[in-house]
Amino acid sequence: MPAVSKGDGMRGLAVFISDIRNCKSKEAEIKRINKELANIRSKFKGDKALDGYSKKKYVCKLLFIFLLGHDIDFGHMEAVNLLSSNKYTEKQIGYLFISVLVNSNSELIRLINNAIKNDLASRNPTFMCLSLHCIANVGSREMAEAFASEIPRILVAGDTMDSVKQSAALCLLRLYKTSPDLVPMGEWTSRVVHLLNDQHMGVVTAAVSLITCLCRKSPDDFKTCVSLAVSRLSRIVSSASTDLQDYTYYFVPAPWLSVKLLRLLQCYPPPEDAAVKGRLVECLETILNKAQEPPKSKKVQHSNAKNAILFEAISLIIHYDSEPNLLVRACNQLGQFLQHRETNLRYLALESMCTLASSEFSHEAVKTHIETVINALKTERDVSVRQRAADLLYAMCDRTNAKQIVSEMLSYLETADYSIREEIVLKVAILAEKYAVDYSWYVDTILNLIRIAGDYVSEEVWYRVIQIVINRDDVQGYAAKTVFEALQAPACHENMVKVGGYILGEFGNLIAGDPRSSPLVQFNLLHSKFHLCSVSTRALLLSTYIKFINLFPETKPTIQEVLRSDSQIRNSDVELQQRAVEYLKLSSIASTDVLATVLEEMPPFPERESSILAKLKKKKGPGAVNELEEGKKEPNSELNGGVEPTASSTTSTPSPSADLLGLRAAPVVGSTAPGAGNLLVDVFSDTPAASTALASEDDDNFLSTGGAAVGASASEDLPIAEADELLNKFVCKNNGVLFENQLLQIGVKSEFRQNLGRMYLFYGNKTSVQFQSFTPTVTYPGDLQSQLNLQTKPVHPIVEGGAQVQQVLNIECLEDFEEAPLINIKFRYGGTLQNITLKLPITINKFFQATEMPSQDFFQRWKQLCLPQQEAQKIFKASHLMDSEVTKAKLLGFGSALLENVDPNPDNYVGAGIIQTKSVQVGCLLRLEPNHQAQMYRLTLRTSKESVSRQLCKLLAQQF
Amino acid sequence: MQFMLLFSRQGKLRLQKWYVPLSDKEKKKITRELVQTVLARKPKMCSFLEWRDLKIIYKRYASLYFCCAIEDQDNELITLEIIHRYVELLDKYFGSVCELDIIFNFEKAYFILDEFLLGGEVQETSKKNVLKAIEQADLLQEEAETPRSVLEEIGLT
Repeated sequence: MPAVSKGDGMRGLAVFISDIRNCKSKEAEIKRINKELANIRSKFKGDKALDGYSKKKYVCKLLFIFLLGHDIDFGHMEAVNLLSSNKYTEKQIGYLFISVLVNSNSELIRLINNAIKNDLASRNPTFMCLSLHCIANVGSREMAEAFASEIPRILVAGDTMDSVKQSAALCLLRLYKTSPDLVPMGEWTSRVVHLLNDQHMGVVTAAVSLITCLCRKSPDDFKTCVSLAVSRLSRIVSSASTDLQDYTYYFVPAPWLSVKLLRLLQCYPPPEDAAVKGRLVECLETILNKAQEPPKSKKVQHSNAKNAILFEAISLIIHYDSEPNLLVRACNQLGQFLQHRETNLRYLALESMCTLASSEFSHEAVKTHIETVINALKTERDVSVRQRAADLLYAMCDRTNAKQIVSEMLSYLETADYSIREEIVLKVAILAEKYAVDYSWYVDTILNLIRIAGDYVSEEVWYRVIQIVINRDDVQGYAAKTVFEALQAPACHENMVKVGGYILGEFGNLIAGDPRSSPLVQFNLLHSKFHLCSVSTRALLLSTYIKFINLFPETKPTIQEVLRSDSQIRNSDVELQQRAVEYLKLSSIASTDVLATVLEEMPPFPERESSILAKLKKKKGPGAVNELEEGKKEPNSELNGGVEPTASSTTSTPSPSADLLGLRAAPVVGSTAPGAGNLLVDVFSDTPAASTALASEDDDNFLSTGGAAVGASASEDLPIAEADELLNKFVCKNNGVLFENQLLQIGVKSEFRQNLGRMYLFYGNKTSVQFQSFTPTVTYPGDLQSQLNLQTKPVHPIVEGGAQVQQVLNIECLEDFEEAPLINIKFRYGGTLQNITLKLPITINKFFQATEMPSQDFFQRWKQLCLPQQEAQKIFKASHLMDSEVTKAKLLGFGSALLENVDPNPDNYVGAGIIQTKSVQVGCLLRLEPNHQAQMYRLTLRTSKESVSRQLCKLLAQQF
Repeated sequence: MQFMLLFSRQGKLRLQKWYVPLSDKEKKKITRELVQTVLARKPKMCSFLEWRDLKIIYKRYASLYFCCAIEDQDNELITLEIIHRYVELLDKYFGSVCELDIIFNFEKAYFILDEFLLGGEVQETSKKNVLKAIEQADLLQEEAETPRSVLEEIGLT
């Protein structure tokens, strides 16, 4: 290529660039630029019309100034003028300026679009490509509106030049990514798939990207691409290194296209057609075989291109997760890379093995590399590689190697980079709990964590160790002894003081027999840390002190003296002062019996998902951890998901709003109800689940027989449609009036957390006459009995006129469900039997836990949930005013997080969350696209479980 | 691919190409952050790093760093070769390319990139085809300009 033509067109520009480069200081540069800007401005404003060449030169200078990082606020009009020049080079600079510096100035967009339209219609391939590049570079909504229907035509037209096809495909892809709603699907889509067969490799390369994106959106419509992609891939893989001429890159045939094809195949499950599948498996085997062949070149480009294909093939193998043979081979290959001299390969091998570890077929094979990975954690010089090693250790951990891995991670923590400490702490805490066989090991591990990296131990971690110690009496003595010893250290972390304070307050008595840890010694030890601690820790210690008075009466005078001192009782902090005053009074007034009752040992905590796991999930978004958890559910499943329950079913009761250690206020319970005073005891009634249907199934009709058997107007069995209506009212809210007629009003208040919930029903007698034999009964239609567990307590059979009684329902969601439970209320009013059946407002979305995630994660997860059955979609007419605030409130009420700045179209709403049931957790993503003009909505749900997608979609669609 | 940046060892940005819509302010912030991060890395380190929720792939050629941001599921090694192929294209076009070529002919660097990558995806991997497109454009340029540039440069217009 001749070197003469390079940029010689604009000497003025070259002079200007040299000037800038010669500037000795930033000030000089700015001065030179301002001079130039003034010059250009005067030229543009001047009377003399500028010719195309000068315009081009000045526009180019402006562009250069902008790229240096300065703001440019003029020249756009001149650039737009260049677009309509018939000189290629002027047009080209105009387009470049627009591509780099576009702003959505509507006036200009119209002009730009006009110029583009002319060029697209010009049938001059060079002009067409330029304009397509511009659209692809800008990709704005206005451009999508103008061209989204034209470009598909260009793409599939028979007479379009190859280069134009390539640009059109990728241009369309860009528009589809930013404004999918504006790209019309149609006849062209089927023809696009056939571009996979195109003779021109460049056309195929561009088209695969477009097809992959379209497939993710609607896999069913593009199914045919699987076999086409497989045969194309097979032809490439089996070709000799010279067959593809210029598409061979360092002896590797078409590496970019191969990688793209392998990516496309990852949008689908393994091919059903045996022949296609066979051919694909053959391809994958060939790729694995080639990795073992001696390299055809020593150049790194050769090995990179070859390994790029290999890693993509391994991704596909992992995606299928169905070919044990290939999975193990992949694992062995990665094992070789673990010790490769190229850092890049070691990094990628560690990363890729993480996903292999979660497959049941390759988990064991991955585990054989444990020593290498531990070594990598210790010796890699690059922190990003060490991080991958830590991730892999976490992923390959199971009961057999937990102790080794946890201890390696702990020792790594001592020197770990600050940026990854918190994550390592969480991982260690989770592994220690999950695979703890003896809980003293668990306690040691967590205390070590606090010792080594106290600053990175979050609340969740130390809350959890306390939960576990409280729930397991076999470890309490050991825990007390260990924290006592840990507190001996002259400088110990405040988190250690918290854990120590709490545990000694509960279980200090277990070690008090030893004179070396007598009550007073324990107290003095704790109190020696008191002054160095923050307010919240001090508050905790004050509670420990009052517990000590109860546990060890001999400490009472000492502790009372401490509480009485000015620094406590007149502390400027309200919380501390209040505690000091109250505890002092309590200890002086209350009898030992009362004190013992008030300060009774903490009851076991309800079993639930580890809060730490929830935190890690929050860091990584749902799915990431989920996959790991689910992937490893081996058949013999001896893993503890949390701690095993310590007592019978009575302990596994919900306490929705109580925070872990009761540091904040306890839940306030409605006081109108009889017996509400001892609700905390009563709510956890020992009524066995099966007998929930309450006693009096005596004389009368029950549901099916309706009101027929009873006197006129007595039955309030709602027709089912109306009952659904009622239920819909409560999908997005938890409180309100559930039912009202002339006699009775039923109010409902409920709260849900994780897979548990509690519902308060308030039955108000609106008359002045007593209701007799008042009997509410819960029934489960269909399979609900096995999906939802409800516990209720019978209410008093007499409801006085004007009175209100309360009933508490404890709810546990075992698995996802569709039908709502029913409540049947029977009572006698003035001699007639009343019979009312209602749906209880318990729907699957109540067990939603909102999840925040960045846009990137959302789309990645969205794409992962690509199977047709994972998606549920409804397009429906708005039945309410389309108000965005109302919509947002509804979505939040529905339970999902509302994610801002995720959807490129700000009118759309996207949300994410996890449906928590006892058996599984289901990650859910949702997207609601309003169309104000048509007064329609499109609602799309993607979850990992078909029935959940369907049900959520159904419930939510009725809300707008 | 979400964006590509070229910058010098001194941290001067030489070329920027964004495939996702971002405000100028964000672009500047990202650039500053990444230039700093990449320049701080030692020579033998791995060419990939996690940054926010993206993967950064970078490689140094003489005084210039080429740095791409790709999404989680994108292929790291093939991105590294995207960089290399782009360098080859520049090299072939300019005849052993150096930083100065890119400074003085930045518009050409953009044109070549647009032929190779479009909307963040590889459009054409054949070196011949990419350069053919650019060459054609250069021919059009010469035809258009030879007669007038002489006059222009001596200031007669």
